Amino acid sequence: MTAAWPWIAVAALGAYHGIDPSMGWLFAVALGLQERRRSKVIWALGPIALGHLVSIAAVVAVIGGLRLFFAIDLLRPIGAVALILFGLFRFIWPRAHPRWVAMRVNAAELALWSFLMASAHGAGLMLFPILIGMTPNSPHAHHMAAAHAHTVAQAIAVVLVHTGAMIAVTGAIAIIVYEWVGLAILRSAWINLDTIWAGALVAAGVLSLAI
Amino acid sequence: MALWKPDQTFYPSARMAMQAPREQLGYVVTFNPTPANGKHDALCVLDLDSKSKTYSQVVGRAEMPNAGDELHHFGWNACSAALCPYAPHPHIERRYLLVPGLRSSRIYIFDTKPDARNPKLVKTIEGDEIASRAGYSRPHTVHCGPDAIYVSALGDPRGDGPGGIFLLDHESFDVLGRWEVDRGPQRFAYDFWWHLGWDVAVTSEWGTPNMIENGLVPDLLLGNKYGHAIHIWNLRNRRHLKSLDLGAENQMALELRPSHDPTKTFGFVGVVISTKDLSASIWLWHRDGGDWKIRKVIEIPAEPADESELPPALKPFKAVPPLITDINLSLDDKFLYVACFGTGDLKQYDVSDPFKPKETGSVRLGGIVSHGKHPKSGPLNGASQMIELSRDGRRIYMSNSLYGAWDAQFYPEGVRGWVAKIDCAPAGGMTVDPNFFTTFDGERPHQIRLEGGDSSSDSFCYP
Repeated sequence: MTAAWPWIAVAALGAYHGIDPSMGWLFAVALGLQERRRSKVIWALGPIALGHLVSIAAVVAVIGGLRLFFAIDLLRPIGAVALILFGLFRFIWPRAHPRWVAMRVNAAELALWSFLMASAHGAGLMLFPILIGMTPNSPHAHHMAAAHAHTVAQAIAVVLVHTGAMIAVTGAIAIIVYEWVGLAILRSAWINLDTIWAGALVAAGVLSLAI
Repeated sequence: MALWKPDQTFYPSARMAMQAPREQLGYVVTFNPTPANGKHDALCVLDLDSKSKTYSQVVGRAEMPNAGDELHHFGWNACSAALCPYAPHPHIERRYLLVPGLRSSRIYIFDTKPDARNPKLVKTIEGDEIASRAGYSRPHTVHCGPDAIYVSALGDPRGDGPGGIFLLDHESFDVLGRWEVDRGPQRFAYDFWWHLGWDVAVTSEWGTPNMIENGLVPDLLLGNKYGHAIHIWNLRNRRHLKSLDLGAENQMALELRPSHDPTKTFGFVGVVISTKDLSASIWLWHRDGGDWKIRKVIEIPAEPADESELPPALKPFKAVPPLITDINLSLDDKFLYVACFGTGDLKQYDVSDPFKPKETGSVRLGGIVSHGKHPKSGPLNGASQMIELSRDGRRIYMSNSLYGAWDAQFYPEGVRGWVAKIDCAPAGGMTVDPNFFTTFDGERPHQIRLEGGDSSSDSFCYP
């Protein structure tokens, strides 16, 4: 596992979620505007990061856990099918979103919201092909323990790199929009990537069969 | 259809919406007061482009497939609330008009695209569906919310209380069910709106369908039996928080206009009539510490009149009650407009300090006794009633009928429908546009909605 590209992909996916207004930066800005203080924007970043992290970690943990019991060749099609089905779901109902109605949230609620948004988006699932690609293909029996330790460390690193990139971008955009740019930018810059994201999920599913 | 960019009629804040381009079209529903003649209610399209040859005229018309709906209020499927941060779906279109029949309980859904002048009926929600799925009837106010379309309803399917709010899916328009989880003492319903920045909803009170559908019942009114409170709700868990009682003599608390700025916590409600002195009033609700309070900030007195000039119902009182039936708040929360269906007055107040409104303008069109004239007409009947204000706060479009069964009590000669336009100066003051006067033969126009949104169509999550 020396190649840098999987890590770049993990970080890039995180950055992509950071750019998406519905993943958190917009809520952070809204909370800041509602209370008229920048510190509220910054306060929001922690819970948003935590919720996103838990959503990603849950998927990574499930994949890792299954990896302990099932051969990669069995896991691969299951994950691929999950990705393709979820992609189709996002394609058919691109605007399905959690029916959340609450502006005045505490840290736990904001983390829950972030978790729900990331999960509904399929943020963690998207990492499946990368995780599969990272996993050593057929470890010999006497290397199992070491391989497991390596897999766990790798999984933790994936979650942290992804969430780190996500919250760095989220925070940067939130502060820039709150301080300088203003929300009028939403009207021109909020490009609808729903279909592309749905397509990407399906493509990732197909790709993970090929890796 | 999903859009590539957010619908360009959505604005993050009311402040930004004030910069929107001027409306070129308006929609007004008309009600046929004598359904027995077979004529149906209609959704009409008004040309509001002042450079157009057909300016001020009805340039499109879609009739309802049934008779006797009594179209009243209506609203858009989507609005600026789609930009709210916690449930964003900004690539939906402001495209469909949801048009409830207040008497039939149907909701008609019209598609305003591709031809905005030729709206097409695409779906009808029958009253039975609302009754079976939400337990309500007589749908009234429609607001596009952050997560769904919210509709208020005056009562239950038998015409009794309680009335309340139900939800429609904002994609399929399926009836999702009753909104309230715990309604507390609330029984009467009419209007509703919210403070999105505070997760608070506000509802008002008219009366149950059985109390209104055969006309204003004098015994109920003089017995102070109509609604006289507003209710504060937790928008999030849908529980009743507090009733703000205006006192039993303040009968019928109707239109609610909360501050458009979601960081602010005040709003205005109009009271139709006081049984003490026939005055009408505007009350201000506001958050004080953690508590919600309400106080009267405007009182408009009744005007003495000769018995011979009054309809039978008012003769004993020898006065014209102002009857505040509609109000509207400019998007900068600066000017409040108040329509008086009794006297015909449309009043403008500077509410920069909402606790101390200052009257800055007044025009009189129609009225029970005054029959105020429009430059393009002789004396008018009906009176200043439904008002809609353009997003930039410069133009009011106003219609003159209230509600079929009640029009007859105040205007026994019958209300002859018209729509007029009033220009508002940025610093205050109003003038009637002498070139804009549209009449409706045998039909009564009610609510008016402006293309792209107006001052009562959208909710904003950002200041």
